[in-house]
Amino acid sequence: MNTKPFLQLDRVIHEKGRLPIVSLLAAAPELSFTELRDTLKMSDGNLSTHIRTLQEAGFVSVTKSFQRQRPLTTCALTPAGRKAFAAYIDLLEEIVRQARPAK
Amino acid sequence: MQTDWASENLQVIRTLMERSAVYRRALAPVMGLVGATGIAAGVLGAVLDFETSRLFAAYWGAVALVCLAEALLLIRRQAVKALEPFWSPPTRRIAQAVAPAFVVGLVIGIVFFFLNIPEQEIVLPLVLVWIGVYGLAMHAAGFFMPRGVRIFGWGYVIVGLAAFFYLIIAADNLAVFPIPNPNVVMGVLFGGGHAAYGLYLYFTEKREKVA
Repeated sequence: MNTKPFLQLDRVIHEKGRLPIVSLLAAAPELSFTELRDTLKMSDGNLSTHIRTLQEAGFVSVTKSFQRQRPLTTCALTPAGRKAFAAYIDLLEEIVRQARPAK
Repeated sequence: MQTDWASENLQVIRTLMERSAVYRRALAPVMGLVGATGIAAGVLGAVLDFETSRLFAAYWGAVALVCLAEALLLIRRQAVKALEPFWSPPTRRIAQAVAPAFVVGLVIGIVFFFLNIPEQEIVLPLVLVWIGVYGLAMHAAGFFMPRGVRIFGWGYVIVGLAAFFYLIIAADNLAVFPIPNPNVVMGVLFGGGHAAYGLYLYFTEKREKVA
């Protein structure tokens, strides 16, 4: 089997905790920290760590604001994040395709 | 095996993207209950036979509130059952999408309430505006829901417009084109429309989508 696609997988996205975050953000313009936490049932600390990693990689942008005098943190995928996520999916599909028996 | 996790990851991605973007609660019970309430309200309204726009607007405003409460309760129950947040991102987006159309309907209803027009013929345009506006709301919500909801919205827009033109023609030929009771029109269009869509969804809605 050709292992090249596997080796090309982006290690920042290809992680059990970060892949769900990127997947949710890929389908929405932006999501609040609370929405991400509640949907993924993650702890605040765990989610913060993963978001920081994604932010440092330039895949996620974080905006802090106030809504009804309460702090609101929203996350969104950056263009680089979207591109990396699309490439990640392409590679996964390639891996699955390779394993399928030729018709 | 390497491909197993790749397929699983793709499945996880798909599920999460759907969870983030598409409203996934079962609509059949919501549509069915709202439809039944609408039909019952139409029958009761026809029996009570309101003669002023004030009573009509107040009555159907109350019916709308009951329908909204029923829908929210059913949706909340489904969310609790699925151990998911009720106010999920798609639910929030749907609320934002329907809000402008609902505000227009509410404001026009309030205007008719305060105008207190005595003739039923004048009340009918309010029904048609409400139906059309409701169609616009459903169409907007349909961008975050299964595609059928957008078609459902279009249905209301078309029916509202058709009824509006019927009213224009009927205004000059009342002997040929009778003006129906506005409560009956609401019962048939609002209640009947939802009940029919609910019935359709009951047989066609994918059970796995019932989260």
